[in-house]
Amino acid sequence: MRYVVLIAYAPGRWEAAGAEERQEFFDAHHAFERFVDERGRRLESAALCDADLATTIRHGEDGTPVVTDGPFVELTEQVGGYYDVELPDLDTAIAAAKLLPRSYTVEVRPTVQVEGYQSL
Amino acid sequence: MTSLPPHDPADLLARVVREEWGRLVSLLLARFRRLDLVEDALGDAVEAAARRWPQDGVPDNPVGWLHTTARRRILDRLRGEAMAQRKVPLLVVASEEGGVVRADPGDLVEDDLLRLVLMCSHPALDPAAASALTLRLVLGVGTPDVARLFLVPEPTMAARITRAKKKIVAAGIPFSVPSAAELPERLDVLAQTAYLAFTAGYAPGSGPDAVRTELAGEAIRLVRVVLGLRPGEPVLTALLALMLLQHSRRDARVDATGAIVLLPDQDRSRWHRDEVHEALALLDSAVLTGPVTVQTAGYAVQARIAAEHATAPDARSTRWDRVVAHYDTLLALAPTPSAQLARAVAVAESDGPRAGLAQLDGLDDQLPHSHRLPAVRAELLSRAGDDEGAHAAYALAISRCANDAERALLTARLEALDAAPG
Repeated sequence: MRYVVLIAYAPGRWEAAGAEERQEFFDAHHAFERFVDERGRRLESAALCDADLATTIRHGEDGTPVVTDGPFVELTEQVGGYYDVELPDLDTAIAAAKLLPRSYTVEVRPTVQVEGYQSL
Repeated sequence: MTSLPPHDPADLLARVVREEWGRLVSLLLARFRRLDLVEDALGDAVEAAARRWPQDGVPDNPVGWLHTTARRRILDRLRGEAMAQRKVPLLVVASEEGGVVRADPGDLVEDDLLRLVLMCSHPALDPAAASALTLRLVLGVGTPDVARLFLVPEPTMAARITRAKKKIVAAGIPFSVPSAAELPERLDVLAQTAYLAFTAGYAPGSGPDAVRTELAGEAIRLVRVVLGLRPGEPVLTALLALMLLQHSRRDARVDATGAIVLLPDQDRSRWHRDEVHEALALLDSAVLTGPVTVQTAGYAVQARIAAEHATAPDARSTRWDRVVAHYDTLLALAPTPSAQLARAVAVAESDGPRAGLAQLDGLDDQLPHSHRLPAVRAELLSRAGDDEGAHAAYALAISRCANDAERALLTARLEALDAAPG
């Protein structure tokens, strides 16, 4: 199974963290990565800039694209990073997600092969 | 395999479905990993049995007959798919199990049924949907009956069950027994799933009482099935005791007209004594005397409260001091407003209505929509001689109450209060 592990946390949380807390974040991510590597594999991952740097593009009712400043949903927690991983099942993915820093809210989403679509 | 005495074919079929459905589902899932096909195929097999058994006679091994018929049905469908070159996602099965093929129900591993139960009650599923799915797949309750029991229209329930099955396959919820470290947590969730079904049946929220009793009975059956697989599991032992004690009063809870009879007024000879005795034995068992989880302790202490009522020869002999002490334990585990309200009632019985009323202070903010809080206050005010205050509290309770039988009871109390010479 391929899952995207979406990480949400309060914007500014990282900037506010001291050296010790930052080390705890690194340790937690390393624990997650080791766990995934033992049971499956990591395909991609990235930390994202805070949502105030996001730009949203959506199409208005008349079909014209509208570009706006900010994320598509304004929430207290924003997506701040992701891992794209391959793991045997949801229980393994949940066990991995539990290793990430406790201040995160983590969403595990299976990916889907869109029928009839071949990416270039 | 269970040996079945000769019977009317229809009765026997109903009994086999009731007792063996979960095993058949789990066996076919282990073999084919197709949640979408297994249930349909078993349904077809039962239909075929209903037609054939009365004509051809009941087969020597009815369970084997259903299994073989369902298996053939699935193989037909798979052949059809192979011709159409369809690729359908498979249920995730723990990797070491992948290649195992089980030929017939005879060499069935009980683990399969446990896997099915844990898959259906997975925490990644919506709890209400998980409850419904467990009744459907483990206990073989038909979708129309599941809908009736949960008081929703059949298409709604069918959609809910379909969605849960879809999530299991698409999200990769595994058909497997979790590691020893994870298992207790999963059994806790399973207990919550069973208790959700039980309380949906038991608590007088809305709907007719007979249906609620039936659902509560199914929830008890589910816990018994899993306890059969995991004998002595503390959380299930405590939960079964609690359910049995509450369920034992079912025939005394309503009178001949369907009106609710409150605990002190119930005819105790109508309580199911065998169930009370079984529950008391469960509460005394060694698995509950050692250290247990918070959830287990919560079920156990609620069961002990129910046991105080069950063992009192009449309402007046209830040991309310012990009931209050049990509520103190419960509140230390989980300080919920409903437990505080129940404790206030026990205090009133133990130390008088004024003492009980004092315990209600501060609960209004926490229970702003509850009809129970003003109903309790009304009863205690009336006992304390404040008829005016009681009248107002009854009126508020009646305006908030959504259950017909309970509202009728409250209205009767208010009328009795107003009619009494003041």
